[in-house]
Amino acid sequence: MSITHLLFWFLTVLALGSALMVIFSKNPVHSILWLIATFFAISGHYILLNAQFLAIVNIIVYAGAIMVLFLFVVMLMNLNSASIPLKNKWLGFAGVISGGSLLLVLTAALKDTEIMRNDVMMKTGDIGLIHNLGLVLFKDYVLPFEISSVLFLSAMVGAVVIGKKD
Amino acid sequence: MDWEFILEKLLLITVVVTVSLVVAMYATYIERKFAGFIQDRYGPDRAGPFGILQPLADGLKLFFKEEVIPSHSNKLLFVLGPCLAMLTAMMTSAVIPWSSPIEIGGRTVSLQIADINIGILYVFGVVSMGVYGMMIGGWASNNKFSLMAALRGASQAISYELAMGLSLIAVLMLSGSLSLRVITEQQVTGLWNIVYQPLGFLIFFVCALAECNRAPFDLPEAESELNFGYHQEYSSMKLGFFLFAEYINMFISCALIATLYLGGYDMPFVNEANLSGSSAAIVGAVALFSKTFFLILVFMWIRWTLPRFRYDQLMNLGWKSLIPLALANMLITGAVILWTMKG
Repeated sequence: MSITHLLFWFLTVLALGSALMVIFSKNPVHSILWLIATFFAISGHYILLNAQFLAIVNIIVYAGAIMVLFLFVVMLMNLNSASIPLKNKWLGFAGVISGGSLLLVLTAALKDTEIMRNDVMMKTGDIGLIHNLGLVLFKDYVLPFEISSVLFLSAMVGAVVIGKKD
Repeated sequence: MDWEFILEKLLLITVVVTVSLVVAMYATYIERKFAGFIQDRYGPDRAGPFGILQPLADGLKLFFKEEVIPSHSNKLLFVLGPCLAMLTAMMTSAVIPWSSPIEIGGRTVSLQIADINIGILYVFGVVSMGVYGMMIGGWASNNKFSLMAALRGASQAISYELAMGLSLIAVLMLSGSLSLRVITEQQVTGLWNIVYQPLGFLIFFVCALAECNRAPFDLPEAESELNFGYHQEYSSMKLGFFLFAEYINMFISCALIATLYLGGYDMPFVNEANLSGSSAAIVGAVALFSKTFFLILVFMWIRWTLPRFRYDQLMNLGWKSLIPLALANMLITGAVILWTMKG
């Protein structure tokens, strides 16, 4: 058992445990904090896979920016467990069935793929380093990259239009 | 794994943390003395000669105060808030190169805790985490004023992070690397980045003021509107942690500005290559620390000179002035780099 293996298992337990806590917490603010912990654990996995850029961007964008917005909304609406209305019993049932089907489809799709046959290779490969990633993005995939930036721009313009008074 | 390496890093972490704490402690004293100087009064002068024991006395007082946890607060998060504030304040110091490497007994010891190739992005990640201490603390206090202050602080921080990032991109385009060590070494051999990036330096400086919640950007603790701000319900050392984290933030961000724009550990008019390893390291550390202290003094000077902004003025400055300016700065830098590469 090397340090890398120990770290892998630690991060895995942390990620799954805090993901479960996101669902089971009664308090929405606690859920958000557990979700942040999940993102950190996943970023740790990225670092083990030698994808430092992805790891840090995951922290900046998801744990840093998006979760702050979640917290904003929850804090301002002052949600707490008492104010959540009782849900319809059938709604829960439908949720379980649709979630289960999604899980089934995902497992079926991943079962025979190449990825599942290989062990995860840790601390190897350098495609995740920022230099190589930048070269790939701006040489091989420059068109999709630019098009997705236009998508972001249109989302920003939309937000500004909605946020404008009168 | 080699044990000497781990020992060396542990020692370095201890030294950096201790130095940051001591500097932050004495920054409170210097600030009060400086405020006294500006307002034509003495400042603290009772504890010890010239009042230099004042920070110790303040710390002791905070330790001995009664600790109050409001009965309707969320206790776990109430304690977590100041801890997070302190943790995120200390974490940035890991990537700052404090001086050039020294040699001890045939080993080259780097005076930087971690030279990661995404150094600047790491700083950004930690800065974006910084709002959580404030937000969680403010929310868990279960007090309207604290909550409003925390939300103000968080929106201020995320607004100014944008302009900060955009002004940094220009530096990255110049240096072609995200590692703070590489950026510093380029400035040691060439000119300081402030020569190429005067506007970027100004934008970054203003944003750093806003990120540290320093006046004129101290909206989260505007006493006249919010009683005391996000740490209103805190007492004893938990309050001390919040206040202390602010001074650590100030020290670390001044060190970061010095590293990015003012040459880091480069002593002007001295050719480091002529010095031996350890004396170059000492000269470098002295250079970095004097630049940092100069910037801290400028921070304080601004605080005691300018009045506080109104909230809408703050948002207008961030979104309508600094971000377009930073974008223009980035475009011009890119164009000039492209132009010189062709010529």
